[in-house]
Amino acid sequence: MSTTSGSQKDATGDSTGLDLIPDRLPVAVAEEVLEAERRNWTPAKIALWAGISLVGAVSWVMLAVVRGETVNAAWFVFAAVATYLIAYRFYSRFIEKHLLRPDDRRATPAEYKADGKDYAVTDRRVLFGHHFAAIAGAGPLVGPVLAAQMGYLPGTIWIIVGVILAGAVQDYLILFFSMRRGGRSLGQMARDELGVIGGTAALVATLVIMVIIVAILALVVVNALAESPWGVFSVSMTIPIALLMGVYLRFFRPGKVTEVSIIGFVLLIAAIIGGGMIAGTEWGAAFFHLDKVTIAWGIIIYGFIAAILPVWLLLAPRDYLSTFMKIGTILMLAVAIVIVRPEITVPAVSEFAATGGPVVSGSLFPFLFVTIACGALSGFHALIASGTTPKLVQKERQTRFIGYGGMLMESFVAIMALVAALSIDRGIYFAMNSPVALTGGTVEGAVAFVNSLGLTGVNLTPDMLTQTAQNVGEESIVSRTGGAPTLSVGLAHIMQQVAGGTGMMAFWYHFAIMFEALFILTAVDAGTRVARFMLQDSLGNFFPKFKDTSWRTGAWLATAVMVGAWGAVLLMGVTDPLGGINTLFPLFGIANQLLAAIALAVCMAIVAKRGNFRYLWIVALPLAFAAVVTIYASFLKIFSTVPAVGYFAQNRAFSEALAAGETSFGAAPTVQAMEAVVRNTMVQGLLSILFVTLAIIVIVTAIVATWKAYRSGSNTTDEDAAVQSRIFGPAAFVPTRAEKELEVQWDAQAAELKAALPPKPARSGR
Amino acid sequence: MRAVLAAVRSGARGIAWFVRGVLGEDAYDKYVAHHAATHGGAEAGACGIGEPVMTEREFWRDQTDRQQKNPQNRCC
Repeated sequence: MSTTSGSQKDATGDSTGLDLIPDRLPVAVAEEVLEAERRNWTPAKIALWAGISLVGAVSWVMLAVVRGETVNAAWFVFAAVATYLIAYRFYSRFIEKHLLRPDDRRATPAEYKADGKDYAVTDRRVLFGHHFAAIAGAGPLVGPVLAAQMGYLPGTIWIIVGVILAGAVQDYLILFFSMRRGGRSLGQMARDELGVIGGTAALVATLVIMVIIVAILALVVVNALAESPWGVFSVSMTIPIALLMGVYLRFFRPGKVTEVSIIGFVLLIAAIIGGGMIAGTEWGAAFFHLDKVTIAWGIIIYGFIAAILPVWLLLAPRDYLSTFMKIGTILMLAVAIVIVRPEITVPAVSEFAATGGPVVSGSLFPFLFVTIACGALSGFHALIASGTTPKLVQKERQTRFIGYGGMLMESFVAIMALVAALSIDRGIYFAMNSPVALTGGTVEGAVAFVNSLGLTGVNLTPDMLTQTAQNVGEESIVSRTGGAPTLSVGLAHIMQQVAGGTGMMAFWYHFAIMFEALFILTAVDAGTRVARFMLQDSLGNFFPKFKDTSWRTGAWLATAVMVGAWGAVLLMGVTDPLGGINTLFPLFGIANQLLAAIALAVCMAIVAKRGNFRYLWIVALPLAFAAVVTIYASFLKIFSTVPAVGYFAQNRAFSEALAAGETSFGAAPTVQAMEAVVRNTMVQGLLSILFVTLAIIVIVTAIVATWKAYRSGSNTTDEDAAVQSRIFGPAAFVPTRAEKELEVQWDAQAAELKAALPPKPARSGR
Repeated sequence: MRAVLAAVRSGARGIAWFVRGVLGEDAYDKYVAHHAATHGGAEAGACGIGEPVMTEREFWRDQTDRQQKNPQNRCC
């Protein structure tokens, strides 16, 4: 090991020619000073960390060991927060020290490529919020709800342990590596590190995965809005509201983003309240009462138009609104959970953990780990962490707070979603989340089905279902699959205890539906655009004209192809006789985790190339886990002989029934429905094969690259050349004492320079 | 009492600063500051040194045009 550690010093040590004090003031606190601060364990600091550890330990004991009738939601919050703090302080610091070794004497792309637009130094706290708003969406809200079927403990452990060892590590590493490469994208890094084959496979995989993710997110919205006049009205209203905001910002008051967001927010609330009134009228209920297929077509048409409209008109304002709602609602939910502290009656590990149940088919391993993707490990984040964020980071050390810390925050959102889903009655949970194929879509059918499951402590009555439906202002809550309605009932249940009582439940329910639909539609719009550019870029290799992204025919054509692709998957899910979510959601999770495996494979190749084999396990561990889980889950989906789990087993069962001349089989009441099942399972099976093949190619090329680096004792890197930094900024949210002292000096220098300049003329830009 | 009021005021200012930053409202200010630092100030641009500074309206149009050419993903 002595040779490698010797060579590491050359790679990042003082041969770089960077100065700590290039001008008058140091651009970083010296490493020795920071280390001394860290090592200085004062009694107060020891007491603090002992306290955090104690709270964490007690909370985990309450969750995992003590078996009472109920468990209080506060323990989830305490266990999560205490564990996050310890992981952030110790594990992310360990990664920083041994694996990444940031150097604050080095300028970030935001500094050395500064153009005042795309590359601009951004305050770390603001960038944290910005990054969080870009990574967090509907994913962490939906997955944990479905996984609640297995009991509260498996999901909680995976969300918390998974984020610490996998999800946050991936986000941190990708952000850091992309920053060191001038903000290069994941696709470019894959090509640099893995060569043409690995790079191309990664690119194709990313494109296909984006299509699947957009389709399944859209499916969640369709399921939440079907047969819900109130939801349809209020979510449709987000479109004119966004258009209005866009026009306001373009022509009326450019740049007044907060102002227009507040206006938009007020209009949104009005749309929710108005939706309730309109759904109460006869014509409103009739006009906005749409079935799933109609809504799916609506979203497909919307997706196409939204992706070709100018950004300023729809996407940008919708994005402001979505950011505003996201941060506000998540804070509100956190406060509400702490105030209400609901009692949770769901067992720690449920009857369905071993065998699978009506919500998620298949056993806990591997399906828990693909059902909860976002919140624990989300490959999609690698696209964000190698997108805008690395171009805005002020100082290298801040990537730990933004990358690792930002993902911990998303994990916390997932924990809250889990708590919200767990806080509703278990009978209602299963009535809402079992597909129509099992409940028949009626109250009586749902009651009979749920009670036949023989769950301890569950005694569902028709009254409970009709009463809940009435409270949330919906016709029915039976088989409202997809996670969003369940989360909304949970959120409404918690929020009404803080504000408004049962009379306000309908408002809170539709507020939550609106909030999720808003994120998802933004993701659909942005995802379609990004996919379109990727497609045009690839097509451009064969037909150069496509490279010109302002060529309108090409843009429309590429958009139509992408919308057609996700639209087809969406329609397949919507019309699936077996219930779209439970057959398609595993594909979403597998796709997302495969992307994570690809991102981690790229990270591993980079670390290996740097010659840092001693700490390679930091990347190899989550990569191995993600690879095993997704490849195993894919193999089960492809090869399992259990029809509920294996796509081709299901396909065979229905084909044989058709061949035998049967006119109804399982959940399919007609020959047409049987044919639909045969078609859908074939498509889903082929998609599984495609995903797993691409992922295996990428992982194998990464292992080959790693092995080559090991054999040759590699110590190279594709990083951009180091540039001297001339600015300073503290690393984490709260500056250390030494950082604060230095910050004061920098502030004083800035004030001095400002005073030395002639008074600024009135701003010309008016 | 006065101290409490001052604390509330500075807290509110902090929140407003944060919200502005996260929503990206300060983009134009950052651009102008960058331009002043690298091109020698707004008026210098008009004198032909470097590119002239964009007005607020121009800047925001330019920003959405750039987003149009280089769309950013939003996560799930």
